[in-house]
Amino acid sequence: MRWGPATSGSNSGGSAERLVAGFATGSGRPLQGRGGAPGFRFALYAIVSIACMILDQRFNWLERAHYILQAAGYPVELAVSSPVAAWHWTQKSFATRDSLEAENHRLRARLRDLELRSMRYDALAQENAALLELRRSLPPVAQRWLPADIVNIQLDSLRQRVLIDRGTLNGVTPSQAVLDDDGVVGQTMHVGPWSAEVILITDPEHALPVQVERTGLRTIAVGAGDSASLALPYLPANADVHAGDVLVTSGLGGVFPAGYPVARITEVHKDTVEPLAHVRAVPFAHLDTDSEVMLVWFRHDNPAAPLKEVNGELTTGDPHIQPLAAPARPQPPAPAATPPDPKNQRDSKATKANGKAKKPEQAPR
Amino acid sequence: MLKTVAGALILTLLPLPSWLEIIRPGFLALTVLYWSIAAPRAGGITLGWICGLLLDAFEGPVLGEHALALAFLAYIGVREHQRIRSKPIFQQSLIVFAALVFYEVVLFAIDGWSGHALTTPLRWVPTLTGALIWPVAAAILARSYRPSA
Repeated sequence: MRWGPATSGSNSGGSAERLVAGFATGSGRPLQGRGGAPGFRFALYAIVSIACMILDQRFNWLERAHYILQAAGYPVELAVSSPVAAWHWTQKSFATRDSLEAENHRLRARLRDLELRSMRYDALAQENAALLELRRSLPPVAQRWLPADIVNIQLDSLRQRVLIDRGTLNGVTPSQAVLDDDGVVGQTMHVGPWSAEVILITDPEHALPVQVERTGLRTIAVGAGDSASLALPYLPANADVHAGDVLVTSGLGGVFPAGYPVARITEVHKDTVEPLAHVRAVPFAHLDTDSEVMLVWFRHDNPAAPLKEVNGELTTGDPHIQPLAAPARPQPPAPAATPPDPKNQRDSKATKANGKAKKPEQAPR
Repeated sequence: MLKTVAGALILTLLPLPSWLEIIRPGFLALTVLYWSIAAPRAGGITLGWICGLLLDAFEGPVLGEHALALAFLAYIGVREHQRIRSKPIFQQSLIVFAALVFYEVVLFAIDGWSGHALTTPLRWVPTLTGALIWPVAAAILARSYRPSA
């Protein structure tokens, strides 16, 4: 018997045979000695690891390594998830006729509802376009979408991440929007050739710019760390929010276009002594039960498209359309009595020189 | 040894219901610790570092985080293997608990440094369950131990 804590008896003695609880180094086997100098070897590995981390974090040099690791890890991940996938498949293939009929019925009803709801969509879209005095009706903001299956695997128990079975070979890029049929799911992080890691909106590290649909109030929704709630930590105590308000994406942040449903506010707690309100919301997307999600590519010339950062400024829409030139501002007459401040003078000269057309933020809206 | 490492990796990645998820011990950390105590020459710091890189491929914000933490854990194991072996199983669990706390502190520090801090107290739960499961894990791992391997 190798497992012998009971035989250890009093432990104060020093014989090697008794010092082996649980380590299968019986009397016949010599204890293996230390290998080399563990301190030296540990120091070596520690230096390599720290160098790795600094290169990865500060200089982003290991993007390629991430990509390769993502590719190398995918078969393992598939293999681990395969029993669960097999179980789901068996369940599906032995689904009873009744349940299939019920599901069919439910889907038919839902389709009818949706068709009824979208019946007037074309007319409304045209009406809207006419109202906006646009010459042609706009194409929809979503250009292309691709369904992706969630690989049934646990990436990290405390973070809300999932793995999907689409990667760069399907045209997936980092920071791409992931939706399901009810709302926003998250965005892609590390992307490998066949797989991508998706950070869900409920991850404590994920922050999503949102807007309260009723009032247009903009704020940021942060993941609360479990799969069923979001926190809105930056709302002042006098903000106009109620339980039941719908949150939609605000179009800031560069990933999601404006107007996609995110969550419904369930709890608003205002304490008179606290400057900020305590607000919780429940996401519309079925983050814990989804097995399929949608990857969406957006048209960047649509006004609702997510803002893109170009040269440090957020831009959207057609880059060829420039804002109207700002009319030259009347220069206030310099007060004659004060001695000319060299800094002021330089500034006013600069404004005179290029203030004609190159300041889009001064354009009248 | 490699088989047990592969098994631990699978146990780490296996999807579980959320309540089990929280108490899931770090199987790979336990395996590395066991091998660095039982066979410091064969396993040890190199094994810890490679296992850490494997873990980094699947989770963790920066590459090298788990590699450093697991190499550190293995270093503790290798350095103190004589002393740990000589303890009865209950005291071993306490030592393992302390070692896992060090391991988690390293991870916590790196998470914080890289700007991905997770401050929820739930992250310390696997440390406790890891120490509790240690007697069972050591018994199972001891069955696969052949000094020649």
